[in-house]
Amino acid sequence: MQKAPYVTSYLTEHTGDDAFATLDGYRARGGWEAARRALTEMSPDQVIELVKSSGLQGRGGAGFSTGLKWSFMPKGADKPKYLVCNADESEPGSFKDRLLLERAPHQILEGILIGAWATGAEKTFVYVRGEYAYPAAVLQRAIDECYQAGILGPSCLGTGFRHDVVITRGAGAYICGEETGLLESLEGKKGQPRKKPPFPAQFGAFGMPTTVNNVETFSHVPHIVRKGAEWFRGFGTEKSPGTTIFGVSGHVRRPGLYELPLGTRLDEIVFQHAGGPPEGRKVKGVIPGGMSMPILPASQLDVPMANEFLRERKTMLGTGGVMVMDDTTCMVRVGCVITYFFRDESCGQCTQCREGTGWLHKLMQRIERGAGTLEDLELMLDVAGKMEGQTICAFADAAAWPVQGLLRHFREDFEAHVKHGKCPFPESFEL
Amino acid sequence: MVISAELRARIDAEIAKYPQKRGALLAALHWVQREQKCIPAEAVQELAEIFEIRPIEVLEVVTFYNMFSTEKQGRHEVRVCTNLPCSLRGARQLLKELEQHLGIEAGETTPDGRITLGHEECLGACAWAPMMRVDETYHENLDVEQARRILDALE
Repeated sequence: MQKAPYVTSYLTEHTGDDAFATLDGYRARGGWEAARRALTEMSPDQVIELVKSSGLQGRGGAGFSTGLKWSFMPKGADKPKYLVCNADESEPGSFKDRLLLERAPHQILEGILIGAWATGAEKTFVYVRGEYAYPAAVLQRAIDECYQAGILGPSCLGTGFRHDVVITRGAGAYICGEETGLLESLEGKKGQPRKKPPFPAQFGAFGMPTTVNNVETFSHVPHIVRKGAEWFRGFGTEKSPGTTIFGVSGHVRRPGLYELPLGTRLDEIVFQHAGGPPEGRKVKGVIPGGMSMPILPASQLDVPMANEFLRERKTMLGTGGVMVMDDTTCMVRVGCVITYFFRDESCGQCTQCREGTGWLHKLMQRIERGAGTLEDLELMLDVAGKMEGQTICAFADAAAWPVQGLLRHFREDFEAHVKHGKCPFPESFEL
Repeated sequence: MVISAELRARIDAEIAKYPQKRGALLAALHWVQREQKCIPAEAVQELAEIFEIRPIEVLEVVTFYNMFSTEKQGRHEVRVCTNLPCSLRGARQLLKELEQHLGIEAGETTPDGRITLGHEECLGACAWAPMMRVDETYHENLDVEQARRILDALE
């Protein structure tokens, strides 16, 4: 995956180097020393405190404090505890975890082993999306190396601490990225999310206490153990420390992965790093954090990419998947693609979501065809409003927010379709 | 018997990794799908016995996930990503060109059973759009000519 340029920092410093994916290459660059230190010199509580004080937030979309999440795991060993590494990367516009799986599998595994020590977990299930056959194979090779070297297994790094890592492959369902949908899938069931509470730390995989963290989240952990919380807080903003890997796609000259501090401005990412739109075009809108996150218009790209700032503009960092659309783009077509996806991927469990996603898609298509009315715009907002916050999981919110965002910032595109009775953007991408 | 002794041994080894048998069901279904190009009704029965669950519990998993199918697929599965980042970079035209090239529509299989063509949601290759998945391999940064050549080379 070195086909596109990317800016690097600590997570991706060595991802251009093939040897980094091997045990020897990883060790030669200081790898596995952090886990050794954690397991031999630190108590589990000290590791949790360190990660808490680093301010590391989950990189899978929700942005919850990783140290706090680990602290919710019950103490003691009266029943087995599990970790889950969420490698079900499916949020449209997100492709960072793939890079980490393919190019830095030992970095993930080291984070996992440190997390296992901190939470007392005996086993980690790495749930890799079914389509990621090659990334799963690379990770399996790294796991095998770790067993042969005694890093994983009955006595990790010779400490007597037991930990096993198992890869579970998904089979093509976006909802399995939602942590309780994932747990159901891990148990060999339909990936329909569970009601919370109970939270996974009490009743998780196979009914046992479980913590679910994203691939990138685990990858930060060895660096925090090696260099400390203060060092980590030297990147990013006060409330959102560290770097993250932004994936930039769509209408830019240099689409790719860019590891940058949280709080880097969106316009800097789009124009400086990714090179801005193609010659002669202007940016029309940017989705800042994967398809679930509301779009921003060109006039609002001067925003630092951290939740405390993005929230003020009614959007969020999500997975850091930055999708850029130039001035040829029809935003109703964008709406059609988005609503199709959510209609297709709704697990069907909650009425508001199952029915609402279908309604949104039908209305969007009717407007794109030129058969819509101004009342349809209000109806879409009404449907979206009735999906939001009403369901078992956040999928319905993720389906409603982008529609609300499009109507908030690009209402004139929708009204032009109604007025002209057809799509007024002849140069837009095809549906 | 759809599930051979060899496959049964693989399934049993996978089951041993989980605290409950059923954790290995997705893996087993992947293997059956790859061998049979679908999950036949007999396999649903046999898996239900192996995993000690009802056949409907196997079937509801089969129908929930995009990578399993009850209808027989072609020898090769070709999926063009048509999600937003790929659509912005011409994925829909690519899919239409491939439909024409193969003389079938998305969702169909060529009459010789060689290729099932379809679209797929985001595959995590957004910066290298347009792209397609052929079985377990990604082909990225495609133009129509390249994509046609890749399909022509499939047995």
